[in-house]
Amino acid sequence: MFMFEKAVVGSKKYWAWVGCLCAVIAMGFLCYVLQLREGLGITGMSRDVSWGLYIAQFTFFVGVAASAVMVVLPYYLHDYKAFGKITILGEFLAVSAVTMCMLFIFVDMGQPMRVMNVMLHPTLHSMMFWDMVSLSGYLGLNALISLIMLSAERKGVAPPAWIRPVIILSIPWAVSIHTVTAFLYNGLPGRAFWLTAILAPRFLASAFAAGPALLILLAMVIRKVTWFNAGKEAIQKLALIVTYAMIINVFFILMEVFTALYSGIPEDAAHLRFLYTGLGGQSPLVPWMWTSSALAAVSLVLLIVPRYRHNEKILAVTCVAVFLSLWIDKGIGLIIGGFVPSPLAKVTSYVPTLPEITIIAAIWALGALMITVFYKIALSVRERLPEKAMAH
Amino acid sequence: MDRRKFIGIAAGASALALAGSALPKLIGGGSGGGTEESSKTRWAMVIDPSKCLKRDGCTACVAACDKVHNIPGFHDPKHEVKWIWKEPFENAFPEQENRFTAEQFKEKPFILLCNHCDNPPCVRVCPTQATWKRGDGIVMMDWHRCIGCRYCMAACPYGSRSFNWSDPRTHIERMDPGFPTRTKGVVEKCTFCDERIARGEKPACVEACPEKAMAFGDLADPKSEVRRLLEGRYSIRRKPELGTQPEVFYLI
Repeated sequence: MFMFEKAVVGSKKYWAWVGCLCAVIAMGFLCYVLQLREGLGITGMSRDVSWGLYIAQFTFFVGVAASAVMVVLPYYLHDYKAFGKITILGEFLAVSAVTMCMLFIFVDMGQPMRVMNVMLHPTLHSMMFWDMVSLSGYLGLNALISLIMLSAERKGVAPPAWIRPVIILSIPWAVSIHTVTAFLYNGLPGRAFWLTAILAPRFLASAFAAGPALLILLAMVIRKVTWFNAGKEAIQKLALIVTYAMIINVFFILMEVFTALYSGIPEDAAHLRFLYTGLGGQSPLVPWMWTSSALAAVSLVLLIVPRYRHNEKILAVTCVAVFLSLWIDKGIGLIIGGFVPSPLAKVTSYVPTLPEITIIAAIWALGALMITVFYKIALSVRERLPEKAMAH
Repeated sequence: MDRRKFIGIAAGASALALAGSALPKLIGGGSGGGTEESSKTRWAMVIDPSKCLKRDGCTACVAACDKVHNIPGFHDPKHEVKWIWKEPFENAFPEQENRFTAEQFKEKPFILLCNHCDNPPCVRVCPTQATWKRGDGIVMMDWHRCIGCRYCMAACPYGSRSFNWSDPRTHIERMDPGFPTRTKGVVEKCTFCDERIARGEKPACVEACPEKAMAFGDLADPKSEVRRLLEGRYSIRRKPELGTQPEVFYLI
């Protein structure tokens, strides 16, 4: 077994990667300073499309954060041993994703200096207050769990018994973060696109497909650049989870389409028409939405046919397709589509600006940096352990 | 007392103080959804579009509002700030449109403003109570508490809320020192001229209308002009099916 440090720490490749991420973060920071000075007018958002890619990215990454439960639950509730090695990867992914979510909310605020007002004037009837409670709670839970588990591993001792109920608590908590995030949208009377009881279930289904797909890709990258191998069994089980979640997600989307189009209620159908065919002469999202649909269709075939799913090379491509498809659907279409047409039946175009995209890229880079650093720490703790202790 | 103990006690005490100050608000805060009966007054507006339409292109009410409230003139419709404005019928009442609606009627401008809903979704969603409903029904806005999350804009089914996408102060044509200006990054909207009502005056738009197309008054008073108008003629409200109970009425 070669030493992790030799492979990654200090290596030129590692520092080049970290350096690239830091450069993107620095550029985003500069753009944020500009936004702070000029106001949110430097983004593509407007009176009618008053939330844009910031909030859409937030929504998508809440799902990624929640998906950690898909490795934690089988391991802790069903004693599924193959996930033992990767629960920590799931928890660190959750910590990074929740941090990204909080940053996406923060950069979306018109008066970020007043952010503490949410805590100074707690408002029980606002779903945003509850979203803050559930997200910060989830961040705290996962940070605590990964810290305790990792330090136990480093000392070569069993983790303290009290951590188990905390881990069990993190399971329903994961469901809660995405449910409350769906409630942000689906309690608004004038927004027909979100006014659907299936929004929270749909959020969870897409989360449990996109998150584990990302985890598979991360595990494959880690296997390539380090000594750590998550194991074929764990990856195949994750792929099976992605398969079921993706089927359910597509099923839910089709139910939405049926309800809106068959009922023929104009304001329900209008949002879908804007997204998939264009409305009022504007069709900026049409190519995106059809790309998402095509990727979803292709990935379903590649997931469902066992021959393709078991082939890891194909599986990698499938996971990229799943992730992209869901990112377009939830990280773009779901939020923008909810605002167009407006309650006054107006079609307003939204195109993110360069500073806006740079800020988004910076938050992505920060998330990637967190993942890199966390996984490096986790793996350097493990590399000192004898291999057979890891093998379960 | 050692340092650690002191910090512990101080932290505990401040947590208690915070909880103490927050608790009454938590309990009282539930009013965001329902109607408040604490005040007998219930301000409302009745608009007579047939009178309004008599003068083509008249914007007296809009101009009066812009002037007394230091409303910035952002000309880009994407960044516009507006408390009261004109909108074609098909946009003001999108669900009322039918294919026999005369083409010229579709385009007829209707006066729109905050509906000061009895059950305001904006108040329900605001995470800081920067927007709240007064006992007399006016939905207020605290520009100093607003964090600019724009949740209220997503919640409002009437497009009545505006966000300051950039610094409004440099876009005010003639500054009125008698009324506060706003900063960038906060939401604002019509407040039924609460500052004028407090002085016993009518809202600026109502006063400015040359056709007297807008009536303002107390719905709780059976003898008020608004009640008389509503009892005498059929009226409609924007999107009543959403349960928001708008308090701006349009006479047919």
